[in-house]
Amino acid sequence: MSRESPAWARALRALTLLAIDPEGLRGLTLRARAGPVRQVFETALARLAGPARRIHPDLSDTQLFGGADIAATLARGKLVRAPGLADHPARLVLTMAERTRPGLAARLAQLLDSSPGHALVLLDEGIEAEEAAPITLTERLALYVSLEGIHHAAAKPLLPAPADLATARARLAMIRHAPGDIATLAVLAQSFGIDSLRAPLLALRAARANAAFLGQDEVTPDDLRLAAELVYPSRATQMPQEPEQQEQSPPEEPQDQAQASSDLPDIPDDILVDAIAALLPPALLDQLSQTRPNRGAATGSGAGQRRKALQRGRPLPARPGTPDGRARIDIIATLRAAAPWQGARRAARPEAKGLIIHPGDIHLRRYEDRSDRLLIFAVDASGSAAMARLAEAKGAVELLLAQAYARRDRVAMIAFRGTTADVILAPTRALAQAKRQLAGLPGGGGTPLASALEATLALARQAQGQGLSPAIAFLTDARANITLDGQGDRTQAAEDTKRLAGLLRAQGLPAIVIDTAMRPGPAPAQLAADMGARHLPLPRADARMISTAVTAALGD
Amino acid sequence: MTAPFPFSAIVGQDDMKLAMILTAVEPGLGGVLVFGDRGTGKSTAVRALAALLPPIRMVAGSPVNAETPEDTPDWAAAPSDEIVERPTPVVDLPLGVTEDRVTGALDIERALTRGEKAFEPGLLARANRGYLYIDEVNLLEDHIVDLLLDVAQSGENVVEREGLSIRHAARFVLVGSGNPEEGELRPQLLDRFGLSVEVRSPTDIEQRIEVIRRRDAYESDTDAFMTRWQAEDSVIRKAILAARQGLRGVITPDEILRDCATLCTAIGADGLRGELTLLRAGRALAAYHGEAALERSHLRAVGPLALCHRLRRDPLDEAGSATRITRAMDEVWG
Repeated sequence: MSRESPAWARALRALTLLAIDPEGLRGLTLRARAGPVRQVFETALARLAGPARRIHPDLSDTQLFGGADIAATLARGKLVRAPGLADHPARLVLTMAERTRPGLAARLAQLLDSSPGHALVLLDEGIEAEEAAPITLTERLALYVSLEGIHHAAAKPLLPAPADLATARARLAMIRHAPGDIATLAVLAQSFGIDSLRAPLLALRAARANAAFLGQDEVTPDDLRLAAELVYPSRATQMPQEPEQQEQSPPEEPQDQAQASSDLPDIPDDILVDAIAALLPPALLDQLSQTRPNRGAATGSGAGQRRKALQRGRPLPARPGTPDGRARIDIIATLRAAAPWQGARRAARPEAKGLIIHPGDIHLRRYEDRSDRLLIFAVDASGSAAMARLAEAKGAVELLLAQAYARRDRVAMIAFRGTTADVILAPTRALAQAKRQLAGLPGGGGTPLASALEATLALARQAQGQGLSPAIAFLTDARANITLDGQGDRTQAAEDTKRLAGLLRAQGLPAIVIDTAMRPGPAPAQLAADMGARHLPLPRADARMISTAVTAALGD
Repeated sequence: MTAPFPFSAIVGQDDMKLAMILTAVEPGLGGVLVFGDRGTGKSTAVRALAALLPPIRMVAGSPVNAETPEDTPDWAAAPSDEIVERPTPVVDLPLGVTEDRVTGALDIERALTRGEKAFEPGLLARANRGYLYIDEVNLLEDHIVDLLLDVAQSGENVVEREGLSIRHAARFVLVGSGNPEEGELRPQLLDRFGLSVEVRSPTDIEQRIEVIRRRDAYESDTDAFMTRWQAEDSVIRKAILAARQGLRGVITPDEILRDCATLCTAIGADGLRGELTLLRAGRALAAYHGEAALERSHLRAVGPLALCHRLRRDPLDEAGSATRITRAMDEVWG
């Protein structure tokens, strides 16, 4: 082995631990794009003992939980049950895990919770940060492996011999751990902002499995470190606080208590913290100032939304398949598929009456479910903005309207000035009207940014209820000086704005803040960060530039 | 199937445990909604509670867990006379479930093989006399939630579809859980749940360690752990059974009714469901404590559970809604 890679060694160790204690660790999340290194890892994965099944995100309930075997039932004329994957404990390998819908994730989570024999391996090929396997599942699986930065030459599928693994498995029940170990792991988890109590539990199991693998009788600090390295980095939401910050910050009590009861370590070993910190995904640091990406809400893929969005569902060509309770049978297509064979089938079964339909003939209906997009423009028409850029902003909105027209998007417009924010245009496709409203928009007065956010939020929620996917474009200089109840108080206004922006971010809608300030300042960028939106500073732009930028930021 | 985690061994989360116990005492409360972080023991608590309750007696093989052969609906196969004991059912409702599977539908298998029109009971039938647990209730499709709440309130499942006309008893306690970060429930639905609890991961490090210690003990030696907590569990079980007996006997003084009404008016809860739930929950608590009359202290204890989800949304009040209820109680009752 000329090129040793610690990351690869860790990945292999994760596999080894999973082989030793699949019941306790529940599984592994592999995040890597397809490539030679992943290939090697999968080869190693396939070599693990025990039954394994590959599943995909479109798995039906019948395949998962079993059900009537329709083909066999039809053929024999009596009910034949087909066992599902849930009936045979196995290692389930879910490919393309980043495309798992919440429905399947919930079922798999249920399966993991109720049946200890199953382990789950998620192969996550996501590229973007938001494109990831559902948290419902990753949270339940102990191990997380990322193959990023591992050179192909270093990747060799060298797993311990099966006999060694079997020995380790047998030893597992005998491994002891010191009472302080639990405390160490719990304190460590908390210092990385991991709220869930599953994480330290899983880390403890991993540490024990590692001790068993190394042939020890009890868990050593090295085992704890390795376990923490494998379990914590993907879950961390914050960097541990610096010691001097801890001295100032009020929540010091737990630390004091910890020191009082002597069996608890006061702060987790620096070495442990450093080891994990080094493994944190690099993007975490950038994300910390904002929050973790909000799953589900991001593209409105909440379970309820997608189907409701069938406002303009277009039928797609029918596809052969088995009825699974989710799709409807397309009778015409089924008959059409069966028709050519009737002669031949009748010859084979002369006693049969009527049409002879085989399970392979059954076609299912499919619809294209695409929801309408609603672009909500919130236009700052206050004095500060009006002076500067209102005309430009109007121009930009007009250009966007033209594009919206081409895409058959709906638009809504909120203008805020003086002390209130008004919906000057309810969601509509009548874009000519939008243009008229915009042209007549007067400027001047204070900047009631908080009210504007509130109105936008209400409108977006209402639109979601109707099955639209709202996207928000905020054109403002973010100089909030009017509070939510219409008072002129700059400090209070800023506070109100921040809170409402947080609420808006919680909705996870695509949003963009177009900075129309005369001079660049921190306020619009801050607003964008609070809203979880993109910030688009446009020092001196023409309307066309704004429009291209918005199109790019909000995506198609 | 290993034994569920013992109810009494759950560390902290007192509100959640109390709410669950109250629904066990008075199933008519209308279910519990548990909102909170991941990994806080929401599903553990539901399963633990069901395991804690005494087994139900039911007709063997009954699809709706009927108590007596007469209760078995006529569409089911002829009831046997044998009565068996079964643990209280807990049915999980997966997300993305179809209406057919919830309410039951035409039994396709029998229709295909024997050409018979028969009813295949759904999850509601299986949950009768037990618990129906929905994880991530806020991600469930609206029409399914509507249907569930409707059945939960009427106690009867009526199916009119595909030429079938079927009804059967479906009395269950609905337990919903979810993570508010992923979407909210409509206020109309919130209001239908009797009690609501917000759970958080414990922040106290000692408590966190204790949670992990117990869970680890449970996993490494389940039998010993179950034996260790048997006594505590049976204390709760006896208290629940006694409370069920005593519930009808709890006296409700008139001034307590007035207290309920003034509190609900003060917080501006819509409708009268708030008062009714508050009253029932208070009575269940009084019965659980073995007391003969409902007192203000009981209302105080259950007030946040029964009312905190009935407040009008106020985006700017960051104090949790439970705090707002407590504040209102202090103001109104002094």
